[in-house]
Amino acid sequence: MRGFIYVLTALAVFGLAFWAYRENYATQQALRETKTLQRQIGDAQAKLAVLRAEWAYLNRPERLMELAEINFDRLGLLPLRPDQFGRVDEVSYPAEPLLPITNPVDISSMSEESDP
Amino acid sequence: MIRTPLRPLARILSARDRGANPDAIERENLRRRHEEMQDKSRARAEGRLLVLGLVFFCAFSAIGARMGVVSVSEAEEPEANAIGTPIAAQRGDIVDRHGRILATNFETHSLYAQPPQMVDPVASAKGLKAIFPDLDEERLIRDFTGKRKFVWIKKRISPEQKQAVHDIGDPGLLFGPREMRLYPNGTLAAHVLGGASFGKEGVNAAEVIGVAGVEKQFDGYLRDPANAGQPLELSLDLTVQAAAERVLAGGMKIMNARGAASILMDVHTGEVISMVSLPNFDPNDRPAPPTSGFDPSVSPLFNRAVQGLYELGSTFKIFAVAQAMNLGLVTPETIIDTRGPIRWGKFRISDFHNYGNELSVTKIIEKSSNIGTARLAQQIGAERQKQFLASLGFFEPTPFEVVESAGAQPLLPKNWSELSTMTISYGHGLSASPLHLAAAYATVANGGHYVSPTILKKEGVQHGPQVMSEQASRDSRIMLRRVVTEGTASLAEVPGYAVAGKTGTADKPKPRGGYYEDKVIATFASMFPANDPKYVLIVTLDEPSENSGSEPRRTAGWTAVPVAAEMIARVAPLLGLRPEIEPRVQPSVTLASN
Repeated sequence: MRGFIYVLTALAVFGLAFWAYRENYATQQALRETKTLQRQIGDAQAKLAVLRAEWAYLNRPERLMELAEINFDRLGLLPLRPDQFGRVDEVSYPAEPLLPITNPVDISSMSEESDP
Repeated sequence: MIRTPLRPLARILSARDRGANPDAIERENLRRRHEEMQDKSRARAEGRLLVLGLVFFCAFSAIGARMGVVSVSEAEEPEANAIGTPIAAQRGDIVDRHGRILATNFETHSLYAQPPQMVDPVASAKGLKAIFPDLDEERLIRDFTGKRKFVWIKKRISPEQKQAVHDIGDPGLLFGPREMRLYPNGTLAAHVLGGASFGKEGVNAAEVIGVAGVEKQFDGYLRDPANAGQPLELSLDLTVQAAAERVLAGGMKIMNARGAASILMDVHTGEVISMVSLPNFDPNDRPAPPTSGFDPSVSPLFNRAVQGLYELGSTFKIFAVAQAMNLGLVTPETIIDTRGPIRWGKFRISDFHNYGNELSVTKIIEKSSNIGTARLAQQIGAERQKQFLASLGFFEPTPFEVVESAGAQPLLPKNWSELSTMTISYGHGLSASPLHLAAAYATVANGGHYVSPTILKKEGVQHGPQVMSEQASRDSRIMLRRVVTEGTASLAEVPGYAVAGKTGTADKPKPRGGYYEDKVIATFASMFPANDPKYVLIVTLDEPSENSGSEPRRTAGWTAVPVAAEMIARVAPLLGLRPEIEPRVQPSVTLASN
């Protein structure tokens, strides 16, 4: 009985040692992956910051104004002015469709019979 | 264990034979046994103490060793943190009220050389000269071939330049990362933003520090890593600012002015939506501060809207009138004696034209009568006038969050005599910045509450203490509206926006005392829409002169007013204000409450 317990304990020690060994390497791997990911996040954020700066630079009012002037023929963009505001009642709505004619009255004197 | 008997038979018997007391033997043995027991337990206790001491020693040395390791080792980011620490930029962004970027960071590189590692110093110097024409080739060769171990070549280079330097292929030319401050909109809002430069510099990094404007005011906030890249939200509106700058620059050119400033402010929150000062500069390439000359306003760095202290002229008249109405001394219809000129010692107060012997209070503002306002000021008295102007913020620098504003202490007369009271009532003898005027006009516009001007985005109404009654504020607005419809600012009429305002033309003081004959500061302080003002606009032109007529016209009505009108027409639609038909003023209805 005692010998059996000794063997069991030794096996448990082996098992635990193997588990600890594997966990150790798994942790190191996870740390490496985290580091890579964080570096990627950092790079992406730096890239994002550059893109944002570029977006802001390309959208600077000065440049947009120049572009609007260059493309005036096609776009016809003008600065916003008070006289461009309209009231709702100035908007012309499409005319109401005519009601369908259900009982047409023949007002022509020429009938089919009189056709030559 | 062999136990020694207490009464060993042999000894007892022999003791009996000798006639001795056998009990003595027993006691002696008992004593010995006790001694042994004592010794044993003492030894055990000592052993325990030793073990305990060892445990404590080990524990304390472990703690001590750990402390030593922690204090000696370099700080390290926790790698295993699953959430991931946000990699924040070195300095926070600055954005406008809609989140559009006004200032951000940009990663560039610096270029330095380590001459001992260089392969061909002379060829490298030639190559560098070809890439950067502003470098001195002689000096580079001298530095590279001399005893120096380290040479800075360029603080900031672009990626293209970096590639070009890389192509030279000398191992002694090295790059260090540099974060630089970028203002993508160029000169836009330059005076508010200020600028940034490098502080402490190393090979791997350099500190970016604010040198002026909000960059300096909020330097701590922007650099605080705890804010983790949270941008600083300003109250400026990028589009409105751009439109205002364009209109003002055009106006300045047409009116032949030396400089110009404008402030657009929300009357209920004190937020400055746009602030322009011309001439301006590019904060990406901030010019050096002027080192010579006693007039700082020549430099483009000078923020006229905040730092420029001017006698703001007739724009002040509304304060005297508003106070007189607030105190109940007069009503808009009260008739005031305006026979002039008023003589005070050798000083005389007269009007631009003769407006007759008497005018109503409304007409005084409409015609801009110096004599009329001086008479009102006499009724108010120096003490009460001082108190009122102080409550409007004219005695202190504005709390505006730009570093330069703290230095703009209004210039007050040393001795506030009755004459000062009279001249200050029409804006002479007290110099304040256009921003002071904007805050005071916002008070008139919003129903009499002081608002402190701010550059930060605010939520909701930010009314300060009540300075004048609702009624006085409303009557003042009606008068200011009449200045535009019938008085000196007729060119300010913008259909649909009911502009109300007051012109002010003040002679420019000479640096050595006295006033110029032909140099003025023309100011137009306005609010719109007059029936329920939402914004205050101040436009100031420095030395304008409108030369389309036979003789140059310099009054604000001809110079600042048309510029302001154009600005309102451009800016109001951008602010989301629809042109509206002005509701008619109904003077017969008196507001009352039960």
